[in-house]
Amino acid sequence: MVIAGILAGGVGSRMGQRGMPKQFLELAGKPIVIHTLEKFLASPEIDAVIVGVHKEWLHLMLDLQKNYFGEDKRIAVVIGGNNRNETILNIAEAAKEKFGAVEEDIIVTHDAVRPFVSLRIISENVSAAEQYGVCDTVLGATDTIVQSENQEFITDMPIRSQMYQGQTPQSFRIGLFESVYCDTEEKEQNLVTDACKLFFLKGYKVHMVEGETSNFKITYPFDLEMARMMIGEQKNDQHAV
Amino acid sequence: MINTQYRLTSPMVIETNFENLDINSGQILVRPKALSICKADMRYYFGMRDAKVLKQRLPLALIHEACGTVLYDKNDVFRTGDKVILLPNIPGKGTQYSENYRLDSRFRSSRADGFMQEMLNLPASQIIQYQKIDDNLAAITEFISVGVHAVSTYQKQVKHQPKRIAVWGDGALGYAVSCLLKYFFPEAYLTCIGVNRSKLAMFRFADECLTADEVTSQNIFDDVFECVGGQASQKAISQIIDTILPEGIIMLLGVSEEPVPILTRMVLEKGLTLIGRSRSTREDFEQAVYILEHDKKMADRMKMLISEEVEVRDVDSIHQAFRQSKIVDFKLIMNWKI
Repeated sequence: MVIAGILAGGVGSRMGQRGMPKQFLELAGKPIVIHTLEKFLASPEIDAVIVGVHKEWLHLMLDLQKNYFGEDKRIAVVIGGNNRNETILNIAEAAKEKFGAVEEDIIVTHDAVRPFVSLRIISENVSAAEQYGVCDTVLGATDTIVQSENQEFITDMPIRSQMYQGQTPQSFRIGLFESVYCDTEEKEQNLVTDACKLFFLKGYKVHMVEGETSNFKITYPFDLEMARMMIGEQKNDQHAV
Repeated sequence: MINTQYRLTSPMVIETNFENLDINSGQILVRPKALSICKADMRYYFGMRDAKVLKQRLPLALIHEACGTVLYDKNDVFRTGDKVILLPNIPGKGTQYSENYRLDSRFRSSRADGFMQEMLNLPASQIIQYQKIDDNLAAITEFISVGVHAVSTYQKQVKHQPKRIAVWGDGALGYAVSCLLKYFFPEAYLTCIGVNRSKLAMFRFADECLTADEVTSQNIFDDVFECVGGQASQKAISQIIDTILPEGIIMLLGVSEEPVPILTRMVLEKGLTLIGRSRSTREDFEQAVYILEHDKKMADRMKMLISEEVEVRDVDSIHQAFRQSKIVDFKLIMNWKI
């Protein structure tokens, strides 16, 4: 079984939309999270989709679920945790309870605010997670990456051809994630917010799946403008749920 | 849901276009699986169409020969995972003309976006389910259906059982039409004429294969199928008129971008009938699927049309596929993983 875990726990503080989380903002007449959900529901490899949402926005997500998907039993909504990995843990738990998933099954975790994810990326994530146990979606860096440890001077300039930018999905076997997370000390759990970094720190080989530039994260107002332009939508400041 | 289309914006330039696809449109959501590059697609891609036509029709997602899998059907007529052949014709209204020749009909990768897309919403009338055909072969069903359309049209026109039929052209179309003529007219003596001996070597099922310069007799064929097209059309048609018997039928299937001079005096003297055919109907598709699913020999012969298969994961590999399609003998299939 393959479960998609849509991470929609953000509160949208960077979008300047008076608290409306970015995943609920409209793109081509539809909330961004719905675009993302539909893509995973359309993916032939995905059996069910679980959305992890901040408790304050649970009511809105449930309304959207009802409005867009009616009684579709392939979808569930759960309350997210205090951080990204806790939300994944909640989704993993729900996968077992609601859909009968077992430890060997795959969970494909994805940011709700990356609606341009392609079927190719999803498919390759599932294959890689099945083969290697864990994978991350990455894109070769086009800009030179500069490191600074003191935020004033450059302390390193890594070789660009070895640098990648992390995207999502990040996919892994459910049981593997649970054991890695539980084996991590609480202090580290709070520090390491990226699921694949947890695997990496525990010595797992994390396979890379090639991402796409269009699979960008809608974080700032500029990103939303870009997304709307990409889909041929006219600029309209009134977009909101 | 956001869907990605891969559109030709000018010769050899493909850009991604994003569109909002409604999952609840009531149509069937389909993911293309295997796509076959046709000569018509290549003419667009390499800018061999008239500049005015290119300006009018681009940007355009290419490819009109494809099969796919059903992702979702709200009405539950098709199940997720069902294998389907994708029909490129979007029939216009009215019944005066058949669906493929109506003036307001639109054809994918010509006047409507073709199948180079991540997904498409299609009405049930534009897909046909298949089960027992290899996916790569299913991808070229449209091509085979054009042959079926031509041979069926000929079958309706011909008054007597033909004794000798000839096919001019050793390309993919000539091969497919020759196979179909052997299927529909097994008693007729089939002669295949081309220029390339190594290609003609594929036409083993024919009763006779000749290079064009070996054809010296006149008035020998009852009817002829022209599958040459392009600049060589003139020479081929001229030879056909010489070699065909009086009151014969010439089925014209080759595509030419430029006008082709025809010696009408001889057409009139011999009382010949010239019929043009290029696009197929749903009925032709259904017949092609029936043949491929029920006649193993025909399916095996048609598989020979597939010269190469390449995996396509990104725009770069689309370009590579088009470049490669220039040098393969027959058809190149894109295994659509994008």
